[in-house]
Amino acid sequence: MSPILQGLITIALGVGGCVAYFYAANIVLDKVIFPPSGKDPGRNINRANMVRPWLFLFPAIFALGLYLAYPVVGSFWRSLFNRDGGTFVGLGNYERLAMDPSFRQAVFNNFLWVLVVPALATFLGLLAAQLTDRIKWGNIAKSLIFMPMAISFVGASLIWKFVYAVNPDIGMINAIRVAFHMQPLDPLQVPFWNNFFLMVILIWIQTGFAMVILSAALRGIPEETIEAAVLDGANPFQLFFKIKVPQIMPTIVVVWTTITILVLKVFDIVYATTGGNFGTQILPSYMMQYMFRDDGRATAVAFVIMIIVLPVMIWNIIQARRETR
Amino acid sequence: MAELKLENVAKSYGEVSVLENINLDIKAGELIVFVGPSGCGKSTLLRMIAGLEKITGGTLEIDGVRMNDVPPSNRGIAMVFQSYALYPHMTVRDNMAFALKIAKQSKEEIDAAVNKAADMLQLTDYLDRLPKALSGGQRQRVAIGRAIVRDPKVYLFDEPLSNLDAALRVATRIEIAQLKEAMPDRTMIYVTHDQVEAMTLATRIVVLANKGIAQVGTPLELYEQPRNEFVAQFIGSPAMNLLSGEITETGEMTTVKLDGGGIARSTIPTRPEDLSRRVKIGVRPEDFVPTEDAAIYTGRVDIVEALGEVTLLYFEAEGGHDPIIAKLPGIHHDRRYTEISLGADPSKVHLFADGQSLLYR
Repeated sequence: MSPILQGLITIALGVGGCVAYFYAANIVLDKVIFPPSGKDPGRNINRANMVRPWLFLFPAIFALGLYLAYPVVGSFWRSLFNRDGGTFVGLGNYERLAMDPSFRQAVFNNFLWVLVVPALATFLGLLAAQLTDRIKWGNIAKSLIFMPMAISFVGASLIWKFVYAVNPDIGMINAIRVAFHMQPLDPLQVPFWNNFFLMVILIWIQTGFAMVILSAALRGIPEETIEAAVLDGANPFQLFFKIKVPQIMPTIVVVWTTITILVLKVFDIVYATTGGNFGTQILPSYMMQYMFRDDGRATAVAFVIMIIVLPVMIWNIIQARRETR
Repeated sequence: MAELKLENVAKSYGEVSVLENINLDIKAGELIVFVGPSGCGKSTLLRMIAGLEKITGGTLEIDGVRMNDVPPSNRGIAMVFQSYALYPHMTVRDNMAFALKIAKQSKEEIDAAVNKAADMLQLTDYLDRLPKALSGGQRQRVAIGRAIVRDPKVYLFDEPLSNLDAALRVATRIEIAQLKEAMPDRTMIYVTHDQVEAMTLATRIVVLANKGIAQVGTPLELYEQPRNEFVAQFIGSPAMNLLSGEITETGEMTTVKLDGGGIARSTIPTRPEDLSRRVKIGVRPEDFVPTEDAAIYTGRVDIVEALGEVTLLYFEAEGGHDPIIAKLPGIHHDRRYTEISLGADPSKVHLFADGQSLLYR
């Protein structure tokens, strides 16, 4: 069967299934469970109308429960068992995590990532949005800056692996070093700083995202407030930092927290470049390392990540809601 | 104290010309109002004086100094915007203090200036609020306060009352008039499309139309001696009635035989060569009086609008012309569908030839 046909059949089944579900469920409710007849038809109609909203909500609640709520509970449960899931170990997995120096390294590195990547991506995005705002070729510049967003993390990592390559004929960094008569080196093996070289990749990707959102926010600032500030004698820097930035602060916070959440989930970049070696481990890649080998431990890491992300997520949602209000 | 001089000022966007040959002398302490129909360029002219729009021709001088290329903040002006343009993230106090902070004034000076302005505008209780916690009228007062704090030589108002409701508009208008009185030596330029604002506030009104100035004069000059048909019809509400005819008698007193059959006499003098010239006479609705003898206009009343103190009578319009309107004191409900003859004092009858008043030539 051709994929197109398969797709069409799936759509037909899905839509038809939904229609059939609501139609049949209503009939069963009105005709079988609470028929408007017998001793007290009025009461039956009222009861049916009380049940009906739940009938309509059920598919959504079921899907959310199955795909969102159950995995959380299931993961937590699984993290309390040993590697093959046969023996209950309580919080043993979490204890072993706390004792593992490479886990602590991952937490520390992740902390660095969360501090640096959202800050730099948001700042550069804001800068790009402001600088491209009033110039003719601004849109071309914007498209170029946005383009990395369309590349997968693994693809981006490969591109940057070439930039960082030791061979000066391939790697840009080492080509420059050689041009200045320095020895080529592998940036990804420089202790501590290699973390930042990896962060550059994510910043490169996320700057475009920040730029697009912040550019829209900048355009939304009422023109008169800017003109009033010009008349008040503000120079371009004062205009930007005292008039424009404060007015788009809610958007900046949303962009910042959105990137923060992303940072706490990205494993591909580390996985595809250093594989977590040379002191570049972060929590998601640490989790990947144990996945399929020790699922108990891997789910424990997943749970730790979730708990770290949660407050940022709540903050993000509060800000986004405040902005739409 | 500031005098403004506009010499052949022009504005064009590329090929499209918006304003041409604007010549205007504004004396220190005047309150000049720019009026005109939508799109006549009155706001553009104001923004050119402010420095928000580039002047593409001619020169602008403030106190004898050419201002064309001086940045807005150095022109000694402050502007009040229609949309208030308050900084939403700053308290009322910070909004008013912003310009002074930028100018690096001392904290004491800033506090003194802000408190004085707040006191003047009854904003003292609201100094620590954000603009969103204020009503429309209060916001506009903050915007005015922001201008006062800077103590500019020239105040610019861009339709400052348009976003307020009717009652508040009247109150704020009076406040602006009082503000002007409190600062007699400050020059103010005020843009509006509201005639009442123009007539009540202005020392002189500038009527803008067709890319240029149609007339400059005191409110009563514009009302009593309009220079052309446009000004005649733009100032006053309802608009002045215009009737076509032919001059039959010239001299100190001019007689016009109207196409509708009526006879009009005007105190505007004409010359012998004006005999049989095609002209239009203009009579304001409020200058019409019912008459028994030699009528300017006779017609049947189609619609009666009784406003209480006056009644508007709309006469049946002939063939696409605007209806003749008369404004009579008192209530005249019973006049509907009756035939009325209208006359007017010859001193109240205006004469226009080719759109221009015969009074000015």
